[in-house]
Amino acid sequence: MIHDKKAHKYGMVIDLDKCTGCGTCAVSCMSENNVPFKEDESDKKDSITWMRVYRLTNNKPFPDTEVAFLPRPCQHCGGKGDHGHSPCVSVCPATATDYGYDTGIVSQIYTRCFGCRYCMAACPYHARYFNWWDPVWPEGMEKYLSPNVSPRMRGVVEKCSFCYHRYQLAREKAYANGSDEIPEADYQTACTTACPAGAIVFGDLNNPSHKVHQIVKPDPHPDPLNPDVVGKSRNPKVFRLLERLGTNPKVYYMSEREWVRKLGDHYLDGEWDKVKNVYGSASHE
Amino acid sequence: NWPWTPVPPDGEVSYDRTVCHLCPGTCGISVRKIDDRPVKIEGLDSYPVNNGGVCLHGIAGLQYLYDPSRVKSPLKKINNRFVPISWDEALTLVGDRLGELRNDQNPEALACITGSDQGSVPGLFNHFMAAFGSPNYLTMPDLESWLVRTAKTLHGDAYTLGFDIDHSDFILSFGAGLIDGWGSPVACIQAMGNRRQRQATLVQIEPRLSNTAAGASQWIPINPGTEADLAMGMCAVLLKENRFDPVFAQGFKGGFMRFTAMVQKEYPLDKVAGVTGISAADIQKTAVAFAKAKMPVALPGKGRGEGAQNLKEFAAVHTLNCLSGNVNKQGGTFVKPLPKYLNFPDPVQDAVALKGAAAAPLAGSVQELVTRIDKSGESPVKALLVYNANPCFALNDPFRILAAFEKIPFKVCVTSFMDETAMASDVILPVSTFLERMEDVPSKAGLAATVVGLSKPMVKPVFNTRSPGDVVIGMARALGGDMAKSFAWDSYDACLEQVTARIWGPLVRKGHVVLSENPPAGSVETDFEFLAENPVTVKPAGDLEFTLIPIDYFRVPPTVPAPSPFAIKTVSDRILRGTDMFVEINPQSAKNLKDGGFATLTTPAGSVPVRVHFNDGIMPGVIGMVKGLGHTLDNRYVSGKGVNINALISPKIEPNSGMDAAFGIKAGISKA
Repeated sequence: MIHDKKAHKYGMVIDLDKCTGCGTCAVSCMSENNVPFKEDESDKKDSITWMRVYRLTNNKPFPDTEVAFLPRPCQHCGGKGDHGHSPCVSVCPATATDYGYDTGIVSQIYTRCFGCRYCMAACPYHARYFNWWDPVWPEGMEKYLSPNVSPRMRGVVEKCSFCYHRYQLAREKAYANGSDEIPEADYQTACTTACPAGAIVFGDLNNPSHKVHQIVKPDPHPDPLNPDVVGKSRNPKVFRLLERLGTNPKVYYMSEREWVRKLGDHYLDGEWDKVKNVYGSASHE
Repeated sequence: NWPWTPVPPDGEVSYDRTVCHLCPGTCGISVRKIDDRPVKIEGLDSYPVNNGGVCLHGIAGLQYLYDPSRVKSPLKKINNRFVPISWDEALTLVGDRLGELRNDQNPEALACITGSDQGSVPGLFNHFMAAFGSPNYLTMPDLESWLVRTAKTLHGDAYTLGFDIDHSDFILSFGAGLIDGWGSPVACIQAMGNRRQRQATLVQIEPRLSNTAAGASQWIPINPGTEADLAMGMCAVLLKENRFDPVFAQGFKGGFMRFTAMVQKEYPLDKVAGVTGISAADIQKTAVAFAKAKMPVALPGKGRGEGAQNLKEFAAVHTLNCLSGNVNKQGGTFVKPLPKYLNFPDPVQDAVALKGAAAAPLAGSVQELVTRIDKSGESPVKALLVYNANPCFALNDPFRILAAFEKIPFKVCVTSFMDETAMASDVILPVSTFLERMEDVPSKAGLAATVVGLSKPMVKPVFNTRSPGDVVIGMARALGGDMAKSFAWDSYDACLEQVTARIWGPLVRKGHVVLSENPPAGSVETDFEFLAENPVTVKPAGDLEFTLIPIDYFRVPPTVPAPSPFAIKTVSDRILRGTDMFVEINPQSAKNLKDGGFATLTTPAGSVPVRVHFNDGIMPGVIGMVKGLGHTLDNRYVSGKGVNINALISPKIEPNSGMDAAFGIKAGISKA
C-alpha cells in the first residue's frame, strides 16, 4: 500500500560541462542493477548498458575541435502532454512497461515481457535493450549479485528504472519513520551518487525544494508553440533530447556551450536560430 | 520459472568501510553487504581523499574478487604448466631456492620489483631484501616515484611533491590527465568538477584533445615529447622579464645563475616555438599569465604520469613552480617530507647480508635491470621476486622483458591474478585482494594532504590466498636462521600494529589518519645543478613519418590489475571492436586511409594490423593508441582484445635518470 500520496515527478539534470566521460555512472549502474556482461561487448547494439555515455563533437577541424560527453539513461518520458503515454508504454501489448503516475517512472516488468521488442522500436532514445542470451556469470561471480534487482533472462527487454528499488527502500523508510515525505537525500540513483564530478542531480521535479527543480525550473504549462511539450525548462542552459517530439523526458541536460545544446535535436538549416532562445515561459513563474 | 537464472539470496543489509587500493588514488569506500556477501561498492562520504566520490574501477572491485584469472592456490611451474601445491610446499621451495643464493655468498643476485615503495607491505619486502642482503630492490615507475625523483633532484632526499589543485586559480598542465586518471583520480575529477565555480583557469598542453583538454579553459597542442623544452622556454621568459618570486629565490642554490644564463641562450622563444610547434606569442602569453596568477600550479606527468616519462620534463615543469614562488602555500605546490609513520625494527643482518647489501645496485630502474640482464651472457640476477607489478605487460617492449625473465633461473610472483608476469614465473604465491585483507594505505601521487587509511577485510578470502605481508613473513621463516629473526611477528596483522604503533590507535578507531594537510612549514632550498647542465631531451626513436603516442584512457587501467569486465564493457567501439584495435589519426594527415578502415601500423619495434578512427582532436602527424589493452591473461572477458601499445615502443633511457623516457615512437601507417 502506498502511503505517500503525493504525485512525484522524479527526474534528473546532467551538467555536460562537468561530465568527464569517465564511465563511473555506467559501471555503478551495472553493479547496482545486476547488469550482465558477455565475452564481447564491443557491438554496442547488443551491449546492455542502461546508462550509456555518448561522445559528442562540434565537428570542427583541428585545432578548433571540441568534445563533450552525454550520459544517457532511460529518459522516463511522460509522453504527449505529459499524460503518461510514453512511446514505449503506448505500444507494449503485455503491459510489461507502465507509467507510474505517482512517480513519473517508466517501469519494466520482466516476467510480463514476452520479447516483442515493440518498445525498443518506439523508443527514440535507444534506451532499451534486449536479452538475446541468458546472462552467465563466471563461476562464483554470481555471489556479488544484489537481491534488490532481479537478474533478467533471455527474451526480455530491460532498461534503466531510475533505481526504482531505491525509491521503494526510501518509501519504506519514510513510512517506518511515520513520515509521508521522502527526503531528497534518501532517494538518489546509483549513477547520481557515484558521479565523481557531481555532474548528475536527481530529485523530484515537482518539489520546489529539490535541487533538480531549482536548476531546471520546469514550466508546468504546455509550450504555447507546441502543446505536446510540457515541462520545458526556464533555464536557458537546460535542454532535453528531441524535445519537440513531445515525449517529455524527465532527464534534462545542461551546458553553457551552444553547439552542445544544438546536438539535442536534429535541426534543419536555419531551424536552430529560431528556437535557440525559446525557453519555458516566465509568465507562469 | 527460469531455474537457470540466479536468484540472489536476500539477507540482512549492512555497510562497512574500507580503503580501495587498486590504484594510487586511495579512496575511502563503503561496501554494502547482504549477510556476509558484498554486493556493491560506493564512495565513502567524509573520507579526506575522495569525499564520497568513487570511480568505475573501485565500483568494479567485486569483479576482481571473483575474477576468472584469480590465482586460487600456490602454483609451481613444471614443464611449462602450473601445478597447484600447498602453501607449505611453496614456501619451502622458495626458501630452499633463495637459501642457495645465501649459501653461495651471493645474496645480491636476488632482485625484487614492487608496484610502489610506500606502505608497510612494500616496507616488508624492503626489510626482506635488507635482511637477505641485496640492494636490488626496484619499484615500477609510477607518478609518485617520478615526483620523489623530481623533488630529490631539486630539493634533496626524502621529499615528494603535492599539488593543491583544489585551491589553485591557474593550473598549467603539461599533459597531466587530470580527468584521465592522473594522480588520485577521483580527487582530481572533483577538483575539476568545481573548477568553473572557483573561476580557476586550466591550460592543458598536449598533442591530443584528451578529455582533460576538452574540459580545459584552453587547449594548446604541442609536438609530442617536447614538453620539457616548452617548460624551459617558459622559465627563460620568466627569468628574462624578472617575473619570479624574489623571496622564494633566496633559497635558490647551486647553479641558479648558470641555469638563468643557459635557458636564455639555449631556449629563446623562436627556437622553442620551432621545437614545440606553439607560436612564440602563445608561449610568452601563457608564461606571463602563469606568473601573474595569484595561486599558480604547473603540473608534470603526461597522461596518468606513470610509465615512461622523463626527469628533465618533471624538473623543468616544477622549476616553473619554484620561480612562481607559490611553493608551500595554499593553492600551490607542496614540497612535502615523505610520510614517516612506519617504524620497522632494524633487520638482523648476518655477515652474508652485510656484504651483499653493501654491493652496488645493479640498476636504478626496471628497464635498466632488464638491459643489464640482456647484455650479460649469464644473468647477474639469479632469483627475482615480483609483487603487485606486471612489468611483462606494463613497460615498453614487454618481449624484451620476457626474454630477460627467461634468463633468470628462478622467478617468484606474489600476485592475485594470473597476469603476464605471473605466467612467466616459476612459482606463484597468490595473495588476497584488497577486499580480503588488512593493510595500511598511504595516499600519494601528488595530493596536497597526506592521509593514511586502513583497509580491512570485507569478506573472507574467496580462494586459498594469504595477505602479501604474511607471504613475506612466510618466505623469511622458510629461509630460517638470521632471516627468520628479522621477521619475528606472529602474523602480518601483528607486524602492522607494531610498525604503525604511532598512529595505530586512531587508525583503527577512525579508519584513517591525516598526517598533514596544510602547506609544509619552513623554507626549502632549490638546487639547479641538474637543469643548468641542459640535459638532453629524449626524442622518439626512429625516423618514420608519424609519431605514435600512448593514450591514457580512464576506463582502461594500464598496469595492475588488468581492466574488469565492466570496465571493458564501457570501452568505446571507436577504440575496440571485437578484437580489433583502433588508432586515432587526424583526417588531414590520413591520406588514402578510410575512417573505420583497416591499416598496418609499423614502428621500429614491430608491426600490427589496426583499424583507423578519424579524430579531429589529434594533431596531424600524430597517431594515438589507447594503452592497457591487448592482455593475454586468463580472462576471456578482458584478454585477447586489441593491441598492447607497449609492444610497439622500444625503451629509450634518459642518460641522467636511468629511466625509460620514450614517450611514443616514430611510426608509419598504410592501408591494409
